[in-house]
Amino acid sequence: MAAAVTQGIGATAALSSANSNKFQFTTRRSLSERKGSSIVIRSDGNPRAGLNQHSNSTRQLVTNAVSTKPESAAASTVSKPGHELLLFEALREGLEEEMDRDPHVCVIGEDVGHYGGSYKVTKGLADKYGDLRVLDTPIAENSFTGMAIGAAMTGLRPVVEGMNMGFLLLAFNQISNNCGMLHYTSGGQFKIPVVIRGPGGVGRQLGAEHSQRLESYFQSIPGIQMVACSTAYNAKGLMKAAIRSENPVILFEHVLLYNLKERIPDEEYVLNLEEAEMVRPGEHVTILTYSRMRYHVMQAAKTLVNKGYDPEVIDIRSLKPFDLYTIGNSVKKTHRVIIVEECMRTGGIGASLTASINENFHDYLDAPIVCLSSQDVPTPYAASLEEWTVVQPAQIVAAVEQLCQ
Amino acid sequence: MACSATAQIIQPLSINSARSVDNSDACTKTLSPSSFLGSTPRINKKLFAVNKSISPLARRPTTVFAVSSDVVKEKKLKSNSSLSNLLITKKEGLELYEDMYLGRAFEDMCAQMYYRGKMFGFVHLYNGQEAVSTGFIKLLKKEDYVVSTYRDHVHSLSKGVPAREVMSELFGKTTGCCRGQGGSMHMFSKEHNVLGGFAFIGEGIPVATGAAFTSKYKREVLKEDCDEVALAFFGDGTCNNGQFFECLNMAALWKLPIVFVVENNLWAIGMSHVRATSDPQIWKKGPAFGMPGIHVDGMDVLKVREVAKEAIDRARRGEGPTLVECETYRFRGHSLADPDELRDPAEKAHYATRDPITALKKYMAENKLVSEAELKAIDKKIDELVEDAVEFADKSPVPARSQLLENVFADPRGFGIGPNGKYRCEDPKFTEGTAQV
Repeated sequence: MAAAVTQGIGATAALSSANSNKFQFTTRRSLSERKGSSIVIRSDGNPRAGLNQHSNSTRQLVTNAVSTKPESAAASTVSKPGHELLLFEALREGLEEEMDRDPHVCVIGEDVGHYGGSYKVTKGLADKYGDLRVLDTPIAENSFTGMAIGAAMTGLRPVVEGMNMGFLLLAFNQISNNCGMLHYTSGGQFKIPVVIRGPGGVGRQLGAEHSQRLESYFQSIPGIQMVACSTAYNAKGLMKAAIRSENPVILFEHVLLYNLKERIPDEEYVLNLEEAEMVRPGEHVTILTYSRMRYHVMQAAKTLVNKGYDPEVIDIRSLKPFDLYTIGNSVKKTHRVIIVEECMRTGGIGASLTASINENFHDYLDAPIVCLSSQDVPTPYAASLEEWTVVQPAQIVAAVEQLCQ
Repeated sequence: MACSATAQIIQPLSINSARSVDNSDACTKTLSPSSFLGSTPRINKKLFAVNKSISPLARRPTTVFAVSSDVVKEKKLKSNSSLSNLLITKKEGLELYEDMYLGRAFEDMCAQMYYRGKMFGFVHLYNGQEAVSTGFIKLLKKEDYVVSTYRDHVHSLSKGVPAREVMSELFGKTTGCCRGQGGSMHMFSKEHNVLGGFAFIGEGIPVATGAAFTSKYKREVLKEDCDEVALAFFGDGTCNNGQFFECLNMAALWKLPIVFVVENNLWAIGMSHVRATSDPQIWKKGPAFGMPGIHVDGMDVLKVREVAKEAIDRARRGEGPTLVECETYRFRGHSLADPDELRDPAEKAHYATRDPITALKKYMAENKLVSEAELKAIDKKIDELVEDAVEFADKSPVPARSQLLENVFADPRGFGIGPNGKYRCEDPKFTEGTAQV
């Protein structure tokens, strides 16, 4: 499973070299951040949270399915060993590095200061930076999000934490009207470099209101970018990129992924907000996913590989805008697409992505796009019901088998 | 009455005392019935005895919170015309007059242009409320922030945005302050620190709170020499909105350098303030959150200016926010599309007699501050300025198609990577405004 998650050195090196070619293509346009996001070493990770139950024997079987480039692997082991941490710590590391780098970066949210954040992403930061830079707010999402927007317009770079993404529904007014629009309605005079982040998604029996996926509600707002992190590595990289971006960025984290352990590089890196991540190259079918569903997909991929299939798995990461280049190249190669998401069926990210792919790559498709989404139901409390509202690996396997007949 | 009453009003209340019942009475003491020298029977009703027997279905509001402009009366009574006793110098007087006249002339021209089909949509005019804008904004520095609502033309003008830019914006031309992309309800100016222009009420208050937060942050975290103040202007209807209360709380909690200015013109489109509000005295809501709440006659620019001075200085000193309720009135309808049938003509007539521009003129004339000729010269200058603004706007070009996709993102890479591997903003069609995004 670990290797299937493609945190093996070889595969990563392959990916990074593939990506770096693209970087060179666009670095001409002086996109300086991209230079930093290139060749990095990612060693074996161990995603916990009960996603990996299998032993070494299975891992061996799967390793063969992952393409490797030995020469790059050799080159990559020369660098520093990296350090191991959990996803929430990676987020904190990214945040702290950016706060050290730029004194205008501040954190605003409920319980982010003295409490250290309800998921400990901001633990220790208030002690280090003070109560004004890591601001504990009263429970007034709409107003403190608006306050962050006003602060961003006047020179600061706030990072707003929604204790649970669902609470940001209360801030929808400010996010839609002000965050997304003010740069435009002011004729470009004011920029809003704000980052809005928080945990969302279906957890373990958290109930309907705490299990919401807001990416589908926010996606139509013009002027904002949305990214979803899924590993400690991309969590840190996306956090840094989001803070450095001049655009308002919404960073979606997932409640169940905070304790994923991974080894990340010691050297500084910033990822690209608009790019997707190739998790596992393949030939038979393109599976597009993001956030927690990545792990369900990779678990299904293991089964599929053992059955003889070769799925290409892409973590789209950028929910708005879509990286149509990476996605398109994949579609052109495999001609079959399955989207696996945690969003609701109606009007979700998958729905938009389906439309986008149909529009742009229709000629390359051999079959209609299959979109596996959560059921259009409020998330039930009961564990058995909750399990059936989200897409499970078995369903993904079945869908691939059906598609590749 | 003017000087003594305002002197009482402007004493800032300490947070502790504001919470005690006694001191909230202190606020109301300054507004005892004897301070009201009303001239019509209607006004004799006590301010804080809202007549609850009025049926909610009654269309005429019979409780009028009116305070006649006593500046002139008081000056006569004191019969001391030495210049040192006056509230303003000649220079200040002319500045205030010019600003108010500009606001009035500009808005009147807007009405004309609207009916001639030069501007469209929702246009909300400020006629009658000039004293509030001039009284407050003329005390600000260029670095101070102003946040307004959709009734924002005059706030922008007072803050220094050129009339040409505002008029162009209203005409939807590319030379407008927001390149024609904002319109009447979204006036922004980075140079003059006008942070908008918001269409939804209450939306701007958190933004103003954020600007005040930046000011405090600069001082305390970045250790910069910063004493910038933010002013948030909004109406009586907004005072029933959650964002108002949430921001009063945060501003008082962190002692943010902000002044909340309520332009209580008694009407939210067709909803009378007393029909919408359980306790119509908005200034009382300040002490509830731990800040001074002040009520002032918003038709009298000198009174507003005195109160504003204290509130702004308080904020600059770092003592925290103030809530100022300015009792004012809009002579026109809510917007140019509003037939304005609900308001009692007698009420309108009454407030017309308290026109802030006329009142200031009278004050300056009676105290021999300025001559008629000087005022006429200003009138002429402003009229020409407004005409010039219209001409400029008329001649300006409309935005080209290429402007469509600009300014959506500060970093246009936000439009993403297209199928060909290039960023969409690198597509030549992007600058033409025809690219698919």
